[in-house]
Amino acid sequence: MNDPAELIAVKQIDGVVEELQVRDSATSIGEHIVEIVSDSGEGAQKCGQTFGIVSARMGNGVWTVEIIPAEIQPPARTPDGASGIRIRLGDSLMTNMGNDANLVVAFNEQVLRSRIASNAYDEKTVVLLDNMWASDRDEKIRQQYADALLEFAEYGLEVIELPIQEECLKVVPDPRKGKNMFVLGMLAHMYSRDTEKALAEISSIFARKGEKVISTNHALFKAGYKFAYDSIDIHYEIASHSEPDKRMVVMNGNQAVGLGIMASGMELVAMYPITPATSASHFLADEFQRVGGFVHQAEDEIAAAGFSIGASYAGKTACTITSGPGIALKTEMIGLASMAEIPLVIIDVQRGGPSTGLPTKVEQSDLLATLFGAPGDSPKIIMAAATISDCFHFVILARKLAESFRTPVILLSDANLATGVQPFERPEVNDDWFSSPIDQSEWDKKVSAYDWDEETGLSARPIPGMRGGEYVVTGLAHNRYAKIAYDATTNQAGCSMRSRKLAAMVQTLEPPKVHGDPEGDLLIVGWGSTLGTIEEAVGVARENGHKVSSVHLRFLSPFEPGLREICSRFKQVMTVELNYSDDIDSPYITDESRRYSQLAQLLRAHTLLDIDCWSTVSGNPLQPGKISRVIIDRAIQIEGEN
Amino acid sequence: MFGLKSDWSVKANDRYFTLDDYAGAEPRWCTGCGDLAILASVHRVCREKQLLPEKTVSVSGIGCSSRLPHYMKTYGFHGLHGRALPVACGVKSRRPDLDVWVATGDGDCFSIGAGHWVHALRYNMDMTVLVFDNGIYGLTKKQTSPTTPEEYQTNTHPSGAVLPPLNPLTVSLGVSNISFVAQMVDWNPPLLYETIKAAHEHKGTSFVRIVQRCPVFMDVMNDEMLDDPARLLLLNHEQGIPVPDGVGKLFENQLDHDPGDLSAALGLATDLSKIPVGLLYRNPDARMYNEISSNGLDLSHEEKLAGVNEVLDKFLI
Ligand code: SF4
Repeated sequence: MNDPAELIAVKQIDGVVEELQVRDSATSIGEHIVEIVSDSGEGAQKCGQTFGIVSARMGNGVWTVEIIPAEIQPPARTPDGASGIRIRLGDSLMTNMGNDANLVVAFNEQVLRSRIASNAYDEKTVVLLDNMWASDRDEKIRQQYADALLEFAEYGLEVIELPIQEECLKVVPDPRKGKNMFVLGMLAHMYSRDTEKALAEISSIFARKGEKVISTNHALFKAGYKFAYDSIDIHYEIASHSEPDKRMVVMNGNQAVGLGIMASGMELVAMYPITPATSASHFLADEFQRVGGFVHQAEDEIAAAGFSIGASYAGKTACTITSGPGIALKTEMIGLASMAEIPLVIIDVQRGGPSTGLPTKVEQSDLLATLFGAPGDSPKIIMAAATISDCFHFVILARKLAESFRTPVILLSDANLATGVQPFERPEVNDDWFSSPIDQSEWDKKVSAYDWDEETGLSARPIPGMRGGEYVVTGLAHNRYAKIAYDATTNQAGCSMRSRKLAAMVQTLEPPKVHGDPEGDLLIVGWGSTLGTIEEAVGVARENGHKVSSVHLRFLSPFEPGLREICSRFKQVMTVELNYSDDIDSPYITDESRRYSQLAQLLRAHTLLDIDCWSTVSGNPLQPGKISRVIIDRAIQIEGEN
Repeated sequence: MFGLKSDWSVKANDRYFTLDDYAGAEPRWCTGCGDLAILASVHRVCREKQLLPEKTVSVSGIGCSSRLPHYMKTYGFHGLHGRALPVACGVKSRRPDLDVWVATGDGDCFSIGAGHWVHALRYNMDMTVLVFDNGIYGLTKKQTSPTTPEEYQTNTHPSGAVLPPLNPLTVSLGVSNISFVAQMVDWNPPLLYETIKAAHEHKGTSFVRIVQRCPVFMDVMNDEMLDDPARLLLLNHEQGIPVPDGVGKLFENQLDHDPGDLSAALGLATDLSKIPVGLLYRNPDARMYNEISSNGLDLSHEEKLAGVNEVLDKFLI
């Protein structure tokens, strides 16, 4: 803390810590993973989000992941009720949740047990635990606490018991509301955070609740800060990494999707509440009117799709946001949009399936459902966001593609991106991104409603209001005049024209970039939110001398060109995915009977290469440590065969 | 002179639409099908109101009724079974300038699309919804529909429909924010025309249940009424559907019914001994969702740009 600016910041903490001496004891670290876990409703997530945002504002690389209990009101002090957040922060870009946590603040010992069971910690993890339970009136609780401490010791965790509750009671009568800001203060000192930024952030969080609430939370923060200064012998600093001339924004993937919609010129989002997609609509419900937009909460998922299709047909390309079960319901509508060639943007924030599955957890399981869900051949564009920044920019691209190719575009995000927070360069919004005003000029009557270009399948679209363009959209087989026609030639032609658009689109795409050498022993192929983890894991394998590279697909339908050629330059190709595949060592599983993960199935068909897969349905984001072990094991195997 | 206006040359450039200007493809409904009468009335209302074909959109689902858009020379949307209403609402949501019509049937609206029916009535967007209710599935050949009379034999219930039919009037009148409920029969063209015209003039969702003849698959439901006009009850009121001269005489049962009276309307809808024809209920003050959903249409690109930038700046580090 020898930075004068920071000294001033500390002084700002009026009275309480003014007397604090500047200590020169902060240890410099490259990165750390911090977790805060509590019962649901104790505000651990708010604490961690604020810690993450302040860190991002200080120029650190940040990635946050929420730890979400599956139930709304899980019983208190149970492993299942663990609610919290993980923040990975460092002096470089953070692209994923990382491996084992370095430091954990736990509000009770039971929630810690659940994180241990999830393998979130190792023997180097330091745990700061509220010791209020040691002196609880209930003997059973005291016993549970003592037992858990023994359990943790056996596991090798270093546990520091702290009187967090007791300290909070000095500030507020009921620390259940407020302990989180005390902990934020503790963390602010332990990680040398900019207190001015933290206090400002607290003010903005509680802005709607009034001055009194703000000052109470400021007091809690200051008390935590002072407590850490006095009593916790942990003090780090992490250098800033961001380039000073770049303006950065920090948000989660659903907020980025919402902002992308606002910047895309789309004015209508029709949705039905579904986890983990809904927070994007919450965001829009607050902000959409600034661009004249409207969120329609429909009576069901089907109506949400139908409503957007109606608006799109009438000239205002619209968007519907959902998750897996909603995609299942919207399938017929998406097929209609494909058949009738209506531009439409569908955002699928994927969660675990099948059926209601794992509503709050991550999977990449909707790829095949979105691609093949509809009956008959229903070509469409499918893109997958890999970063928070993609969540923003891809929506804008999706709207343009939907209109240019007169087709539904599905943008796949997932629960990991939806709640993950990461800074990215502030987009310079361009009004080219907005849709142009609805064309109401006279339609040339000589041009048919589906005036398919034989080569590309593309056609211009009459919009209601264009005189002379009157036509009837139908989901039935139709000819270029939009007239129902069931004959063989017409149906064959219609299907070819709709399919040809995808072939035409491939002409506009570049082959994906290979991360690492362009050839080698093993190529890892991924898509979606696993980008950061895979590239980090590949980096570890390469540092260990293995000839491994990776490629990450942004377009799933149509595929970017050149995949067969890229794959052919490696001895083996393996996808890494968050969806189900049979383990080759399981009973009855042979090369013939094995069911591959979703991208692997598509790539095998697409490239005619024997592409392998590694996938999991743990519901959790992939960790680079685990993936690097998988990759290195496979690389060693290939090297042995060489 | 000769009644010509002095600016007749300008007038010649104005557009005047005849019935032909609204007639699309040749209808492929069966001979004697009541749908033909409904279509003719729709064409007449379009001509009467001189609707701009390019600003008129007819939306339908799937079924015999839902062929209607093809028989109109306006914009049309022949979509999915049961889903006409959400699509129509979407069309209207950001295009208040479009005149939206919905053609649907008893299977389309009351069965597979029942959820949308209830909600669309509550949204009360400004559109005209015509339900062609023949009490049977026609296109797929004689399956029981929600309004098939009890005991009527169908291909799915060969020993007769097992449940009493759904009552579209009580359901519609039971929806909050409902603004227009009328019932009519297809075989009284002057009254059908007046009903559809009144529905179109109403601001909000006008729901018209049209009892429609299907000579091919349903003989009971309509024949009873055709054979026994005493079963019909004509609703008269100065706020109701205007009854053309001479037409009123055909009805031996008539009632002065104030369409502003919801409980009287519910009473009429519940009494199955008589089939009310005319306007059961109208509330011109019901909230219209399209007035909410079209907020912000007038924003300029500059205002939008400023809006996005302001929100983005909230996230600046
Ligand atoms: S089947 Fe019945 S409803 Fe359908 S067109 Fe024929 S007569 Fe009309």
